Amino acid sequence: MNTELSWTGETMSYRCKDGLLELSLHRNPCNEIGSVSLNELESFADALQVLKQPAHALIISSDLKAGFCAGADLRELYERSQTMQKEDAAKGVRKFLERIHRALNSIDAAPLTTIAAVHGVTFGGGFELALACDLIIADKTARFCFPELRLGLIPGFGGIPRLKRDVGNAVVRDLLLTGRSFNTTKAQQIGLVSQVVSEGEALRAARATAAQIAKFDRQTSAAAKQFIKPIPHEELRREIDIFCDLFSRPAVQAGLKKFVESKDAQPYLP
Amino acid sequence: MQTADKTLDEILNLAATHFKVSRAKLSPDDDFFKALGIDSLQTLDLLTKLENHFHVELPDYELQGVTDFRTLAGKIQSRL
Repeated sequence: MNTELSWTGETMSYRCKDGLLELSLHRNPCNEIGSVSLNELESFADALQVLKQPAHALIISSDLKAGFCAGADLRELYERSQTMQKEDAAKGVRKFLERIHRALNSIDAAPLTTIAAVHGVTFGGGFELALACDLIIADKTARFCFPELRLGLIPGFGGIPRLKRDVGNAVVRDLLLTGRSFNTTKAQQIGLVSQVVSEGEALRAARATAAQIAKFDRQTSAAAKQFIKPIPHEELRREIDIFCDLFSRPAVQAGLKKFVESKDAQPYLP
Repeated sequence: MQTADKTLDEILNLAATHFKVSRAKLSPDDDFFKALGIDSLQTLDLLTKLENHFHVELPDYELQGVTDFRTLAGKIQSRL
């Protein structure tokens, strides 16, 4: 298939050419996921239902130097929650999470091989987006982190169940319960990252990997993926419930407020 | 194990090279946020560079409140 299909949104764009689908994130400062990003990710997930026919592989990467994605847009989350009654804010958060779970589940289950080509900050929701992919290829600048507990929350975009699917429980606990970040070397040691490449080379390596994948029978690759990578639906649903229970606590609102209002070079994180 | 002075010197060299700041303008007790003109995202970049250079792990929480090169060197030295 030589036809080129492309689309450009405010926060991301995609292009499908010669069987390779590439989704590029480009929302400054570091691809924070807010309502516009979610709308566009949903549009991409819908388009994926059509694009999975001509495409054999999907690469997700970032056009921004700062990194792959810094996670949820906490500023928008906090500011929106302040304009609503507590119950409405809780409902809004649940709806947001359910929508992003649907979009990430679509990427997770897509019958083509998916690769996250990451660099720099790959935190929170950005890490969760990478975890929805089949392979993570990282350059040496990448850092992975679930900082949510530092604000009184847990990851809400499917991070814990998907990380647990990929690595040992002790590693999940380390990342989750300390809120510390890992570099690429550590991420590869624990089995999270499949390839480590030089700075700025992740996308090139992902394209080379996609070219190798293109040699295989597509139906066989899809069957292998479906067999080895089940979606942990029950745990994903449970994660939404826990996140929503925690979100409505005053301590979380106070933590978000401090974080959002911080003007320090090191923003507030306990 | 290398000396603390050598660790500090290597940090200053690495920071100057990576952030394109004159090495002569950096002192051990400088606030590196100000001296390098970096924000929180660039600080993570520096952290990664330091971990890769010294082959150590530096948990983020150990660096909270650390703002000068000398204290940073001490944190790294304790993990060499």
